[in-house]
Amino acid sequence: MRRKVTLFLLISICFVLQTTICKSIAFADIAPNLLLIVIATFGFMRGRREGMFIGALSGLLVDIFFGPYLGLNTLLYMYIGYINGLFKKYFYPDDINLPLILIAGSDWLLNTTLYLFVFIGRRRFDYFYYLKTIIVPEMVYSTIVTVFVFFLLVRLNEWIEKEEKRRAKNIE
Amino acid sequence: MKNSHKRNRYKKQQSIPSKYILMGITIVCICTIFLSLVANISGGPLNSVAGYVFTPMQKGINGVGSWATSKANDLQTLREVQKENKKLKKKVYSLRTQLNTIKLEKYELENYRKLLNLDAKYPAYDKIAASVVAKDSSNWFSTFTINRGSKDGIKKGMNVIADGGLVGIISDVGRNYSTVRTVINDLSNVSGMITNTYDNINVSGSIKEMNKNGVITFSELRDSDNKVKNGDSVVTSYVSDQYQQGILIGYVDKIEKDSNNLTKSGTITPAVDFAHIENVLVIKNLKQTGDVGNKNKTDNSNENQNK
Repeated sequence: MRRKVTLFLLISICFVLQTTICKSIAFADIAPNLLLIVIATFGFMRGRREGMFIGALSGLLVDIFFGPYLGLNTLLYMYIGYINGLFKKYFYPDDINLPLILIAGSDWLLNTTLYLFVFIGRRRFDYFYYLKTIIVPEMVYSTIVTVFVFFLLVRLNEWIEKEEKRRAKNIE
Repeated sequence: MKNSHKRNRYKKQQSIPSKYILMGITIVCICTIFLSLVANISGGPLNSVAGYVFTPMQKGINGVGSWATSKANDLQTLREVQKENKKLKKKVYSLRTQLNTIKLEKYELENYRKLLNLDAKYPAYDKIAASVVAKDSSNWFSTFTINRGSKDGIKKGMNVIADGGLVGIISDVGRNYSTVRTVINDLSNVSGMITNTYDNINVSGSIKEMNKNGVITFSELRDSDNKVKNGDSVVTSYVSDQYQQGILIGYVDKIEKDSNNLTKSGTITPAVDFAHIENVLVIKNLKQTGDVGNKNKTDNSNENQNK
């Protein structure tokens, strides 16, 4: 229960920040993708199932407010959570290299699929231009933000897990 | 006893493999994507719930952010503003004289209209002010949400303007917020008209052109006599079925001949500064396709259409 409430709050806060503050401090009109960081990190820490649910919920939020087509973002974010969950066995709380690579990869995957789904259909074939001006800058910003946020998210997860263990002991 | 029962049930729930849930949600999502492509659906009740949770938060945080930036700007720009004030005062005088002549001309025009039994060509639109609360979370689509929704009488398809120019169209409505799709969005298409020559063109947004040169693209201009020049103003056309007639879109920036030698395409500098939109006006009249009767009649048919 505590986990669900905390995660919901976390997603809400990230969504609100991403659509307001991040947009006003964006460099060159590109903002980092906080939601993606949370989805990828939690998928990586907690496994496929949780990554999937967090991804689907965040994607649904984005879809409701901004999505070009209802369901597209839900789908993409869900798969990103799931795929990051596959790497759970390589998770060590002190190691930040793999999560950085994973988040950069996820960001590239998300934006490229968005491009393929929406922009190719509109005959915008200049992928390298979009790669240069949107995808790569967002990747770079997101990974930089991850450096600061990753350990906070790990702490948050440890705090929830401690609470869960305590409760489980009490029940026994 | 009770607790252990609960935990057993929890375990059972856990045992549905993630794979199947993933597949299930995937199928649902593909269906909704397909539906929204075909039937243009929106979230329905989800919109309202999400709107009540998130719009107030976004409004608050955006308020704090813009307060801080405006304070910082206050100090920075005082001198600039003073300079500008002097300049603007001069401009006011010259404009005032212009206004007087225009007033006289308008009086004359009205007289002629009366003589010819014509109604006013551009009816005064019923407008409502709104402020921007949040912007698109990805970097692809220039959409934003505003703090007015269906409870303020906003409906899908209403036109949004700011600074006297066209911003976009309401693409989705919740109870206390609505989403605006701007004309610079890649998914936007507007029928425009060049005011000097009355040629119809198709104006479409492009994030690429916007990022590169701050312009949007147009196409299908048929201008064999080369009458259209750079700087001509472009307004929304009467043929558009979504946009009210005569809203300024921008000014022609560049014209090129297409390879078919019949049509021309090029770019338009939009009239609105899309990077700094904070307040917008929503035109509450919906575009009527079909007969244009008196005002009450159109309002009624509006209601029917939306049912």
